[in-house]
Amino acid sequence: MAEVGKRKPRVDAYDKATGRTKYYEDLMPREALFARIKHSEIAHGMVKSIDTSAAEAIEGVVKVLTCFDVPNIPFPTAGHPWSMEQSHQDVADRLLLNRHVRYYGDDVAVVIAENEVAAVQGVRALKVEYEEFPFVLDVQKAMEDGAPQIHNAYPNNILKHTSLSRGNYEEAIKEPGLIRVEGWYETPSVQHCHIENHGCYAYEENGRIVVVASTQIPHIVRRVVGQALGRPWGEIRIVKPYIGGGFGNKQDALYEPLCAYCSTQVGGRCVRLDCSREETFVSNRLRHAIRYHIISWLRPDGTFAARKLECFSNQGAYSSHGHSIVAKGLGAFPQQYQCANVVGDAYTVFTNRPVAGAMRGYGIPQAMFANESHIDDCAKAVGMDPLAFRHKNLMEVGYEDPFSKNVNYFDSYNQCLAKGKEYIDYDRKIAEYAKETGPIRHGIGVAAFWYNTAVYPIALETSSNRMQLNLDGTVTMQCGETEIGQGADTVFAQMAADVLGLASYRDVNVVSCQDTDITPTGLGAYASRQTYVAGFSIRQTGLLLKEKILKRACDLTRQAPYNIDIVDGNIVRITDGKKLMTLSELAMTAQYDPVNSEHITAEETYTIRNNAYSFGCTFAEVEVDIPMCKVTLTNIVNVHDCGTLINPALAEAQVHGGMSMAIGYGLSEQLLFDEKTGKPLNNNLLDYKLSTFMDHPHLEAQFVENPEPTSAFGTKSLGEPPACSGAPAIRNAIYNATGVAINENPITPHVLFKYFTQEGLIEE
Amino acid sequence: MAKNQYQLVTCWINGREVEQMVDVRASLTDMLRGDFHLTSVKKGCEVGECGACNVLIDGECFNSCLYLAVWAEGKHITTLEGLTGPNGELSDIQQAFIDETAIQCGFCTPGFIMTAVEILNRNRLYSDEELRKLLSGHLCRCTGYENIFRAVKKTMLRRLGMLDDPFLNT
Repeated sequence: MAEVGKRKPRVDAYDKATGRTKYYEDLMPREALFARIKHSEIAHGMVKSIDTSAAEAIEGVVKVLTCFDVPNIPFPTAGHPWSMEQSHQDVADRLLLNRHVRYYGDDVAVVIAENEVAAVQGVRALKVEYEEFPFVLDVQKAMEDGAPQIHNAYPNNILKHTSLSRGNYEEAIKEPGLIRVEGWYETPSVQHCHIENHGCYAYEENGRIVVVASTQIPHIVRRVVGQALGRPWGEIRIVKPYIGGGFGNKQDALYEPLCAYCSTQVGGRCVRLDCSREETFVSNRLRHAIRYHIISWLRPDGTFAARKLECFSNQGAYSSHGHSIVAKGLGAFPQQYQCANVVGDAYTVFTNRPVAGAMRGYGIPQAMFANESHIDDCAKAVGMDPLAFRHKNLMEVGYEDPFSKNVNYFDSYNQCLAKGKEYIDYDRKIAEYAKETGPIRHGIGVAAFWYNTAVYPIALETSSNRMQLNLDGTVTMQCGETEIGQGADTVFAQMAADVLGLASYRDVNVVSCQDTDITPTGLGAYASRQTYVAGFSIRQTGLLLKEKILKRACDLTRQAPYNIDIVDGNIVRITDGKKLMTLSELAMTAQYDPVNSEHITAEETYTIRNNAYSFGCTFAEVEVDIPMCKVTLTNIVNVHDCGTLINPALAEAQVHGGMSMAIGYGLSEQLLFDEKTGKPLNNNLLDYKLSTFMDHPHLEAQFVENPEPTSAFGTKSLGEPPACSGAPAIRNAIYNATGVAINENPITPHVLFKYFTQEGLIEE
Repeated sequence: MAKNQYQLVTCWINGREVEQMVDVRASLTDMLRGDFHLTSVKKGCEVGECGACNVLIDGECFNSCLYLAVWAEGKHITTLEGLTGPNGELSDIQQAFIDETAIQCGFCTPGFIMTAVEILNRNRLYSDEELRKLLSGHLCRCTGYENIFRAVKKTMLRRLGMLDDPFLNT
């Protein structure tokens, strides 16, 4: 019966285990032309001319489009819901191809050809003449007077600056006896590295444009393609098949607008635009590199008198998701730890680096690396155990955030920390490791995280759903929320089965593919929102469908509405448990009624005006070989309170993936740039060190289940939270092992060598 | 550049003998996907970094993106499609991937399963460390490898009749 809360196999598992699942490239029409992009080979400048003659002479090249050809319609790309208020709309600073190139890898031209070889040869044959400008890669250097100006409308390259203030910082720091702790923390540019690169194909059909794309956000991409091409949004149809991961990169309109434009320039023929791995690293999106400056004023008893935060977020060349990412971390700062007097400033700054956008955690992995590292620095300054310091200072039970109205209903933080502590055997090991003196040291680190669920009240939260009762008594369901690998379709089926009273989640056929011509409008996969927000529309639509079914059942069975219900797919008289008819009998009778035929369907929209805190922590244990500057992660556990688990097996799997991403963030991943040219140096999966099988110990995922009171199914966010606290936990474990506070990630041997040398642990 | 760069390749794909004219520059990935529509062969990097395109060639696992189609002459090639029985029956390792929640987006899955088949067909007991190393030619961003490891290890132990061994099955 009840499907929610059970470990159920994914609804798409069989097809994925047999290789039948179709991703965009598997659906490619054979006649598709190949589009390849010419990327700029300078970090900043103006295209003076492009000689296309050699490219056009290549056999198979159909058309060359350059930055001099495209319409001058600036458009935004961020996967945010549209806002009716202009001031809340995303910055429209993109063109399909650019004369003013702003990073090494910017798009200047595209070659469309009959085959891949001709397209690649065509791109190579283009001769681009540039006027080169000075460029800047560092976020704070870009803010200096006289720095290269990247967008004319933004003096000092500052896309946006916001502040927060609670209490009175200046007065509070005058309190006698305070201990001042200050640190700068630096996080890197990293990439999502979904194994399926982004790509799409586009063609015209009856005068409209169809784009089949590897995207997380089909309905939003429809709007962006319409904006970019200057076409009514209704003339655009986006189809999203299964996708091979997204992690936020595909929460942006990437090359769908350019691909659609290409099709319109070759008479509506089908054009494919596939990103290579190397392009995915450079010309899609990155996680923002953010630099933090934190000052905490502590009382000797280990409480905070006042705190100050400055954040400098490296946006790269175009605005994409822009300031919302660093702002999320700024907003988390006064909420996570109790302190009456807090000031903060966040800057998002254009530089000549590839564009940063959404990536799993949306600013929180960066903020947690800085703040959770700093918390350990604070604990040390007052001579407290880092775990005890957290218990004392983390958000109190009953706290209500004045902006989001989120409430800390339960003692989630302390419960999660207690569970993690027990798993890792904290007290015993901390005491044991404290005695170590040799070149090999061990340590344990802890970090907590703060995370919201969905985007209310910053932006619209809406979910729509459509259900139809099939003649065999099963239900077909369409959701605007997208399956991107996380298992959304499976938990949606579990929730729907329970609302409707079906025997099994297998009786719910979730239409996985979103097609904006057909699918009810949804916003897509981001903000760890989908299980929470779709829960509301699934419940509301399910209740409506159930009402219609029972109304018909009343007519057919002569029973009073309050005496019947749907149980295990049957109409049952609940007063005596008698099975009156099956859902299939009901559906058939209703459909083929010669007088009053009915196709039983329901469709509803729910506007969500709540949000929910999701909490948790990581405990990490490391072995540090000081002379070798080598860290081995030997043990790691994440504990989450994401409310009620809809499917514990999928929840654990989700946590594993986030932990893996956090391990890479902590120890190995970063996209590097040549300081002299701005050229990315390691934009491939060999030189960019994604975690492999060899880089992980067992990943332990545990949960505390406090049902979220605002939620339709007691659930709240879990998609991004697992990626938020791992890196600072590793950093703090190294701190515990060696006494060396490393304020930058990833903590590679190069970084360890620098710090260990500075601290005198090794001699140069 | 010469126009005619085609060559006839005769090989066995998933047990069936086939003849195909291929561009001598084409990879085995290109041939399997383009000519035979075997779309389980995934493209994640096309330079041998990610393992998503792995197939068995005479029982040995290769990155098909780094293997020229013309080299397939006379070879027996198995893709994930070839593991499934005529009535849709799953092999033990496919079932284990489902049972252990080792599948998320599914894009790395076909390559991983093919490497697992190569490992499992040796009928050897590997240590955890050895198994991790043998599987480390594949990248996955969804699973953290945790459940993939469990699926492969459990299948190995099951085939060796050691699944109930409390020491091994941890």
